[in-house]
Amino acid sequence: MNSRNRVLTCLVLLAAVVGFAGCGKKKTPLTTNTAPPLSGPAPTAQLTATPTTITAGDQVVLSWRTADATSVSIDGIGDVPSSGVKTVTPAVSTSYHLVARGDGGSADATARVTVNAQQMAVAVPQDTSASSMSADELFRANVQDIFFDYDSYDVRADGQSALSKTAAYLAANPGIKVLIGGYCDERGSNEYNLTLGQSRASSAKEALVRAGIPSDRLRVVSYGKEKPFCAESTEECWQQNRRAGFTIDR
Amino acid sequence: MIALFRLLPRSLLWICLVLCSVSNTPVLKAQDWIRTGSGLSGQRIRLAAADFKPVGGDPQVPVLKASFDATLYNDLANAGIFDMVSKSMAPPVTPGSPQEINLTQWAADPANASMVAFGALSASSGRLVVNGWVFDAKNPGSPQVLGKQYNEVANEDNARLIAHRFADEIIARLGGGVNGIAETKLYFVSARTGTKEIWAMDYDGQNQHIVLKLGTTSMSPRISPDNSRLAFSSIGKEGWTIRMYSLELGRPVAFPAGVPGGSNFSPAWSADGVKVAFSSARSGDPEIWVADSSGGNARKLTAFRGPDVAPTWNPKTNSQIAWVSGRTGLPQIYIMDADGANIQRMTDGGYAISPSWSPGGQFLAFSWNRKYGPGAPGGQDIYVMDIASKRWIQLTHDAGSNDYPSWSPDGRHLVFERAIGRSTEIWTMLADGTEQHALTHSGKDFMPNWSWK
Repeated sequence: MNSRNRVLTCLVLLAAVVGFAGCGKKKTPLTTNTAPPLSGPAPTAQLTATPTTITAGDQVVLSWRTADATSVSIDGIGDVPSSGVKTVTPAVSTSYHLVARGDGGSADATARVTVNAQQMAVAVPQDTSASSMSADELFRANVQDIFFDYDSYDVRADGQSALSKTAAYLAANPGIKVLIGGYCDERGSNEYNLTLGQSRASSAKEALVRAGIPSDRLRVVSYGKEKPFCAESTEECWQQNRRAGFTIDR
Repeated sequence: MIALFRLLPRSLLWICLVLCSVSNTPVLKAQDWIRTGSGLSGQRIRLAAADFKPVGGDPQVPVLKASFDATLYNDLANAGIFDMVSKSMAPPVTPGSPQEINLTQWAADPANASMVAFGALSASSGRLVVNGWVFDAKNPGSPQVLGKQYNEVANEDNARLIAHRFADEIIARLGGGVNGIAETKLYFVSARTGTKEIWAMDYDGQNQHIVLKLGTTSMSPRISPDNSRLAFSSIGKEGWTIRMYSLELGRPVAFPAGVPGGSNFSPAWSADGVKVAFSSARSGDPEIWVADSSGGNARKLTAFRGPDVAPTWNPKTNSQIAWVSGRTGLPQIYIMDADGANIQRMTDGGYAISPSWSPGGQFLAFSWNRKYGPGAPGGQDIYVMDIASKRWIQLTHDAGSNDYPSWSPDGRHLVFERAIGRSTEIWTMLADGTEQHALTHSGKDFMPNWSWK
């Protein structure tokens, strides 16, 4: 009798738990139905980080796109345009959190970047390359890739400010030579994109020469669409691939 | 109700079929001028290719015969000028000589052949001997149109080679004197080794092999008109340079004009083999340059801000060059005289690239996305334009992204690159867009170039 009661109680409790769980599931869509009516379409937001895993000192390209938003901000960066691209150099693992607010509500997007500590310098402290590693770090901190509009090799305003910083850094470090690579998105022909990449790299070089950097310190090579940074057929990825990239020319 | 649901898909299918056939009709009409211009318009000759008669007890014979029969039939079917008698309709006989053929049997239904190709294949003492004939089935009094004998070392490659030669003899004899293409080669780029290298294959996709392994990205292979040298663009320590590889010597040869500036792309041979045009940014902006094929006398032909690339000579006259220019924004096809004068824009918008000038000088084949732009619905397709009238026809429809058309030397065929998703293959078709089929299957094959002979 006692044990039968216990079994019964257990069954009742079990049924209650299952029942509540079921109710909870059913209620989920209801919450959106009961939300207060809003005056416009709900904003949408996408945020990607490429690559998602780096070594400390490496660059990450954040690119985002929103729709129907009146204000967009990324935590730690501040207010940003409704869509765009930004290069960041996180020192530690970071979750970039974007909030897009509009008349129709708000939308969030998050991109996580894992930053691995630089192990080489620790593992081989006596390595003579330690000093050149820090030169690379300094270079990467001061010299940022610039991005181009579709089928264009004109330097944009955001590229112009990055190039000014690059020119200042190169002027202060006259021993550094730079290889400028021109890159394109996957669309169109390999041959045409090689010339387009060439023109993008040349545009970056011309801007640096105008800023006083001797042209013999700047070498240009086009990679067309042969060496993409990402391979997705999305505008975010295409934007990342439409760039002029800078490396120390040794 | 259930019956209705069962019927619905079937009726939808019928509606689709009707719509498709309706939308195809104007395309077929528009093909008339391209069919005339490319030599595909004549009445197709009803041709039967009999299986050849095996002779001798050499154990190699069945294998060689199978390769020979398949290659000969395929070459004749590919030619674009024959209405082939399918093997299932041909009489089940293998006449090995003129004495053994019964022409009335071939002229009668269901074969209904006008012409019959037949013969015998034997192997003995390591030699492969093929005797082939073409007889006019409708002229039994004096039927012989062609008689050939071939004698090569007995192996499968030579069985295919002899079939190609015999097919080309038949095509030249019955096709208005235009040489066949069965012995031509295709050069292309393949990334099968992990790096884009220059590869080659027979025109029918057989015998695919790497030409030279550089271990760095190579692009834009262009074979010289005499088949002796291969020009291409490759990235190395000096950036992108035009390189020359001698197929006769089996090693690279110098091409000094293709080095300066580190941005040299897309070489193009003149039809006399004397000059090579290419794109170079040595003067700061990518322009079309031309140099002697020995690598001297480089000079600039274009001078306008914006990308200029992908030249192709008018092979009929050697006096004009078509190329791609981004001088007004999106790339368009232009033509000019070989000295840079008389520039004329050919395309009226969209994204137009990769011109190839037809052997007869009349047409440009190129890749065009007429509705190019972010989010635009356009596709990258192969088009042919009649240069004098600028009227054009679309040859590929709703099948991947198509680029790098290259004319066959007989002007009846095109080879091109088709990307579907991440998989890119070499395809071929007749110049009117029909009979499209893939020649490669690795998913990593690009930029085909058809040899000149």
